[in-house]
Amino acid sequence: MSTETVPAGRPADRLRDGDQSVAPASSAAARKAGGFAGWIDDRTSGAKGVNYLLRKVFPDHWSFMLGEIAMYSLIICLITGALLTLWFVPSAGHTVYDGSFVPLRGQMMSEAYASTLNISFDVRGGLIIRQIHHWAALMFIVGLTVHMFRVFFTGAFRKPRELNWVLGTVMALLAIIEGFAGYSLPDDLLSGTGIRAMEGFVQTAPVIGSYLAYAIFGGPFPGQMIIPRLYSAHVLLIPAILVGLFIVHVTMVAVNKHTQYPGPGKTNDNVVGYRVMPVYAAKAGGFFFIVFGVIALISALFTINPIWAYGPYDPSPVTAGSQPDWYMGFADGALRLLPGWLEFEILGFTLSLNIALGALVLLPLVYTLLGVYPFFERWVTGDNREHHLLERPRNNPTRTGIGMAAIVAYSVFMFAAGNDIIAIKLGMSINDITRAFQIGLFVLPPLAFWVTKRICLSLQRHDRDLALHQRESGRIIRGAEGSFHERHDALSEYDRWILVQHDPVAPLELTAEVDENGVARPAARKDRLRAKLSHFYFKDAVNPVTPAELAAAHHDGHHAEALDAEALEAPFDYEGIEGDQDHAPGVGGDGADTEAGASEQGIGSASRLRE
Amino acid sequence: MNEQDSHPTGGEVTPTGEFGSSAVRLDQGHVVGTGGIPERFENPGFPPHVHRGADLDEGAAKRAERIVVGLFGMSILGTLGFIVAYFAIDPHASMFVPGIGQMNALHLALGLTMAASLLGIGLGAVQWAKTLMPDQEDVEDRHPMRSADEDRAKFVEILGDGAESAHLTRRPLLKYAVGGALGLFAVPVVLPVLGGLGPMPGDDLSVSFWNGHQEEDGSYPNQPMRLMRDPQNTPIKASDVTIGSVFHVMPEGLLDLEHHILEEKAKAAVLVMRLDPDDIQSQKQRDWGHQGIVAYSKICTHVGCPVGLYEQQTHHLLCPCHQSTFDVTQDCKVIFGPAKRALPQLPITVDDEGYLISKGPFAEAVGPSFWERGSA
Repeated sequence: MSTETVPAGRPADRLRDGDQSVAPASSAAARKAGGFAGWIDDRTSGAKGVNYLLRKVFPDHWSFMLGEIAMYSLIICLITGALLTLWFVPSAGHTVYDGSFVPLRGQMMSEAYASTLNISFDVRGGLIIRQIHHWAALMFIVGLTVHMFRVFFTGAFRKPRELNWVLGTVMALLAIIEGFAGYSLPDDLLSGTGIRAMEGFVQTAPVIGSYLAYAIFGGPFPGQMIIPRLYSAHVLLIPAILVGLFIVHVTMVAVNKHTQYPGPGKTNDNVVGYRVMPVYAAKAGGFFFIVFGVIALISALFTINPIWAYGPYDPSPVTAGSQPDWYMGFADGALRLLPGWLEFEILGFTLSLNIALGALVLLPLVYTLLGVYPFFERWVTGDNREHHLLERPRNNPTRTGIGMAAIVAYSVFMFAAGNDIIAIKLGMSINDITRAFQIGLFVLPPLAFWVTKRICLSLQRHDRDLALHQRESGRIIRGAEGSFHERHDALSEYDRWILVQHDPVAPLELTAEVDENGVARPAARKDRLRAKLSHFYFKDAVNPVTPAELAAAHHDGHHAEALDAEALEAPFDYEGIEGDQDHAPGVGGDGADTEAGASEQGIGSASRLRE
Repeated sequence: MNEQDSHPTGGEVTPTGEFGSSAVRLDQGHVVGTGGIPERFENPGFPPHVHRGADLDEGAAKRAERIVVGLFGMSILGTLGFIVAYFAIDPHASMFVPGIGQMNALHLALGLTMAASLLGIGLGAVQWAKTLMPDQEDVEDRHPMRSADEDRAKFVEILGDGAESAHLTRRPLLKYAVGGALGLFAVPVVLPVLGGLGPMPGDDLSVSFWNGHQEEDGSYPNQPMRLMRDPQNTPIKASDVTIGSVFHVMPEGLLDLEHHILEEKAKAAVLVMRLDPDDIQSQKQRDWGHQGIVAYSKICTHVGCPVGLYEQQTHHLLCPCHQSTFDVTQDCKVIFGPAKRALPQLPITVDDEGYLISKGPFAEAVGPSFWERGSA
């Protein structure tokens, strides 16, 4: 136990903090707890580590609970899934149903389907467990998706958290495969049709398709092997990987320490929040029960996947309005949108890109793009700093626009999977709806990018406006000479800090294409691309108000704005400025207002018009 | 402005001043005379703490405590209710719930009591944390993820020393041997998996039950078969097929199979429809049919869903999975949707007794495309 081995200034220091002065336990209960913990500690020396974890600080924000929803839903799936394995029979073997659901009695079906009916009708409480399992699975994927939105739009994936973003992406992909394997298990008509389609996807893989399909299904479709194989993947392989990655993911959150939103007192070098003991133990622990309770409530009231209504799987009938679970919708929608002319005959061989692109390429492509994004953005910005303060989405308009464009593209695919339902509900032609989605796929994402970016820039200009001219009070004051002006209320320095805290940015400039000897630099082409991309990201950046700009705004004809003397005093108290705590880079925002006014008549120039 | 000095590295596009570039770098500060005004606003620090009601007023704290106790009490009642419902309610009883409809009473009761039990704990704990536990935020310092330089150097050194002391650098043969052994050891695990997953498809995807039972020499008898109604398993008289009607058909003998019935159904399912012969636009289609009665594979050429919807007025077949639409009057060619190929037609005629029979098997593979389908 020598303290010298721990380098000074490392987080691990905290493990050794406060070695001395152990006060005797105050109560009998505390002494008892100490005694038991002591027994464990004698054998593990875990006290330091556990103390450190119990005192750990986590920042508080509602959006940080999105990942918790995913985490808890996963745990609920594990609990209920373990229960379901007690009754579910993962076999495609034929049997005659003789359970208590009368309409299907005497029918030939697989043992998987019969046992799922059994869970739903003859196991007391079996149906509620099944329903919780399915709802929790949906909630898991909703939770992790919205969690990814939060991480993306706030830039939480930036250094040092790129690895955790990649881990999360892998988990998101595994989660939807896990979900597909799970809802295929009951072998009802709907899920069987899903497996049928999956077999069709696999068959279209160039060259090896039919071999791959026969390998996966153990012979011709449907065969007897797919149910036990999906079962093995669903209850063993994928959950094991998911749980393993999930543990690493959460450990990395603790190692990196949680990001926090910018605010007064919050810097890139601290974490502000509540400690695990007692506040987070209660809040996060309680939140598990809330998530579980809400899922139980939904499961009690709303039936999901009523497999008894579909009947056993048979490859020749089908129900109209066949739909996968929502997270598979985007791939299914892609299949509905891809035109048939993408199937080609080459030298007697068939290449079905109309299927392969949507079913085999899209899924890995989406998740690869997601996983790669942090590295792409880091290359474009050349930003090698650690980021622990989140960005407000408006402060990175291009990234926010890209994210919204991606969400819109995804949504077009997803809603396209419901084109038949939309056609029926709205009484429209399915052909028109499908065409509209096909066009929308190309038109809507760029539109979403543009609209989102404009909204972000407007919000940023509004922030600038607010920081420069403070709050309009709505009170008009008549001066002694008969002039009128509106009184502006002072903004507290805490409120203003939110508006001005972010780093100013400017695009990278292209440097000389030749070196000092006049020889073309080999990296010039790459640099040009990078400068172009940097320009794309930052060319119309609206930078935060600087103290100089604020001072200018006040000296520049604003005497009439009857600001409180103290409010004016506060921002100009420049004592104690000692370098920039956030290692802020950047170009000052001088002139940004003017540029904005020039490029964007209207909002951008509003502040000048008032002067 | 000492900012530039303290952050010398970062973006790589702009080389340092030696190339004579005056470009502005993203990671460098902006240099302007500021007249004593700082370039950036300074973080104002924490705002003053605002105390909660329960911190200042013992009455409010008491009320908060009562709510927390009440919520945990609700949880206990929910759990007890769950136990009572589990034993007391008949599992087959159903009840009417306004707005939802008929529901299984036991399921509903178990779900609601469980939700009460869980939400009581959850809401109680959160209420407790929000009202009575400390609400003063704490501050913890962050440290850069990067380890100290000496530790990083040490890591490289340990690895190098380890390799050196293990003779790895001096005896390269060791390196190759170990690499080879480690590279190959997965083969015994992977090979049985690859070899044992499933049989080779052969021509399996290109033939169906309509081809007949395969002979010893690998050929198919291609004998005529009766078209049987599914699921009644009865033959169909041509005279029973009126214009506008549609029959769901399986080959004779398929529905009597003991094994592999689903596998055969997945390829052999056929739809029989009767059209006005004048509506039929293709001579081949007319020849392969019988007096306007035509038989087509029911398996979609897109991804293999059954083409389940027949529109009598327009003679369109629609696949409910991805909305591929086939026009029966045009030899079932695709008129809308993601499928490329027409549904394969089954040549049919009638036997002496007037029952519909096949004249031969499908001329091509049914169902979704695959690479070698054209070559079989």
